[in-house]
Amino acid sequence: MSHHDHDAPSHDPARRQFLRGAGLAGAGLIAGGSVANAGTPDPLITEVQPWAQFLGAGVDAAPYGVPSPYEGHVIRRNVEWLTADAASSVNFTPIHEIDGIITPSGVCFERHHAGVADIAPQDYRLMINGLVDREIVFSLQDLLRFPRENHVYFLECAANSGMEWRGAQLNGAQFTHGMIHNCMYTGVPLRTILEYAGVKPEGTWLLAEGADASAMSRSIPMEKALDDCMVAFRMNGEALRPEQGYPVRLVVPGWEGNMWVKWLRRLEVGDAPWHHREETSKYTDLLADGRARRFTWEMHAKSVITSPSPQAPIYHGPGPMVLTGLAWSGAGTIARVDVSLDGGKNWAEARIDGPSFPKSLHRFYYDFEWDGSPMLIQSRAIDSNGYVQPTKRALREFRGVSSIYHMNGIQTWQVHANGEVENVETA
Amino acid sequence: MSKLLKLTAIAGFAASPAFADDLTLGRAALPEEIAAWNIDIRPDGLGLPAGSGNVWDGEELYEAQCAHCHGTFGEAVGAWPVLAGGHGSLANEHPEKTIGSYWPYLSTVYDYVYRAMPYGSAQSLEPNDVYALTAYLLYLNDLVEDDFELSQENFAEIRLPNEDGFYMDDRIETEWPTFTQEPCMSDCLPEVTIAMRAAVLDVTPDDPVSEAREAQFRAMNEMGATSAADQVDETTEIADEEEAGLSTVYTAEQVAHGEREFRQCAACHQVGDNARDSAGPQLNGVYQAVVAGRGDFRFSDVMRNAGEEGMIWDAATLDAFLANPREHLPRNRMSFRGVNDAEARTALVAYLASFAD
Repeated sequence: MSHHDHDAPSHDPARRQFLRGAGLAGAGLIAGGSVANAGTPDPLITEVQPWAQFLGAGVDAAPYGVPSPYEGHVIRRNVEWLTADAASSVNFTPIHEIDGIITPSGVCFERHHAGVADIAPQDYRLMINGLVDREIVFSLQDLLRFPRENHVYFLECAANSGMEWRGAQLNGAQFTHGMIHNCMYTGVPLRTILEYAGVKPEGTWLLAEGADASAMSRSIPMEKALDDCMVAFRMNGEALRPEQGYPVRLVVPGWEGNMWVKWLRRLEVGDAPWHHREETSKYTDLLADGRARRFTWEMHAKSVITSPSPQAPIYHGPGPMVLTGLAWSGAGTIARVDVSLDGGKNWAEARIDGPSFPKSLHRFYYDFEWDGSPMLIQSRAIDSNGYVQPTKRALREFRGVSSIYHMNGIQTWQVHANGEVENVETA
Repeated sequence: MSKLLKLTAIAGFAASPAFADDLTLGRAALPEEIAAWNIDIRPDGLGLPAGSGNVWDGEELYEAQCAHCHGTFGEAVGAWPVLAGGHGSLANEHPEKTIGSYWPYLSTVYDYVYRAMPYGSAQSLEPNDVYALTAYLLYLNDLVEDDFELSQENFAEIRLPNEDGFYMDDRIETEWPTFTQEPCMSDCLPEVTIAMRAAVLDVTPDDPVSEAREAQFRAMNEMGATSAADQVDETTEIADEEEAGLSTVYTAEQVAHGEREFRQCAACHQVGDNARDSAGPQLNGVYQAVVAGRGDFRFSDVMRNAGEEGMIWDAATLDAFLANPREHLPRNRMSFRGVNDAEARTALVAYLASFAD
């Protein structure tokens, strides 16, 4: 098989040294074009290039910068056949194109039920009513005067990977796993606002409602509301993007994205859940026996290899390569990620790099020497509770195939000898 | 420590006598404001307004406002939600989750129809309308007879068949014992075979950007062999937004304003590249065209007749129609209350004119 180096831990310094040496040798082997042209000086070096001679754009050219024009392929994509209308639909984060743990704001996936609400900050109101000592209306300015906090959290749609319940469906990590993003939020702990209004003793549930034309609403148990939820007005340092709920959204760490109500306009305290459309007709998990789980809020541990993947094939040929992916858990941090190159027969520990925050994406790498033979690559996340990301088959044994939501099974990509990658289901 | 102090300071105000005028941040919510936003309904009927509506009135409303997406019998058009049928299908291979087969509570129907329907014109229905539509949806699901009237008084008596089909999340009790066992690291499986390939199903959308990406990577691969110049244009083109062609009559500002106003139309009408007919016809080239002049869309009789009589969609006719669609061409199918603001109407016309064929 292709993973002859599989047993060696990838963080062993001697091993790393070896990889580096092998890399140099490998470069000679694979970059056939370069070797053949070795005698021809590279004009990109020998000739003065336009960017080295003439002036580039000045500091006044882009008051708000945009990505390099060479990165035009790094975009959100949608799947037209999934929904009836783009204003009540979803698009997908290009997770196969990005690295680290923070998702750039402009490519964070969108899910709307009635399009993007357009609300000027001076027109924004947040109401608290119901079982509170004081029913209050806040302006955005008021919210900015409460003590605030910063936290990095992932937001995953409960339906992320939902198409895969019935087997391999879509060729691309963006489409199978792209209903996720990870941002740093700045905002006021929801607890602070609820305590300020004074929750009555019988107030055990909270209804969060959006200001958009679907008035999105979800019931949240008071215990969670008082734990780590946030009323957020910034993402990644800047104001929320319109499509992410500008000017204010709810942050419900570790729980399904539908609860993170955007364009938040109202918080109502009550003594029972409301059983609204998004927690009955939708976002309930239909099982094989025809009964359904409700209030499956928490997102359990999951991972996916983002590169190589169907949209990010291997173009460089055999030799040293970087396999990378994302892992996350709504119940804590990620303790370990394992990678298999042979469809789950043998596993090796991947290297987690970058900050490890609870309920946040973790970045993993597996650096190895690819011998050019076909592979079946998989990743498996293990979270701080010891929960091990299950196989899709193990999940189906518990739930059948009609759940739509909460598919966190192990994903398999088949890598062909020519570097192409496809989404497959193993048996 | 200092954060704790600050929190205590604010909590201090909260702890003082519960008079809303004591507020340091925010102000007391007025009863009228709470009434306007506090629209939610609970299964026990809490939140229901006074009123009633019957199946017959509900049918009329449904035909006019709902059927073009949800289908005459709740069977749905295209990918819009199915509302009726599916009884006994939940354990089938392809379950049909409707109000009658799946939803646990009737209050969800009332709540959702009022807060979010009709799609693109939310919160435009009166309580009696919502009662009537809810009654009709019960009728479509064979749960009441055609003489049924739903009201605030009898609402909580109505139970949906699948109320007991739900139970609280028990994944931690049922699944975690299995999913928290130490994972196998080597020789875990005897044989691995491929059971299914996404490529066979072939539902992945075409990728307009993969070629540019591949060209870049291949060029990097063959250091010195390829210039990046070719694919720059390609990617730039993808990044750039296409500019709408401007009409000579209207200003760019009017067109831009019209684009914003068009959001209220976009639930049913598309315009621009790739515009397709949906609930309403796509509107490319509608400006200066004969009313209902296209044979390939199902227009109402009143629209067809107007076109046959020579009516043209010009600035004046579009303006008059948009001001009050129901009055201007009675019995047409467009369920839209109209645009009051004359400037906004002109902007809409300007926007439509920018998509002349």
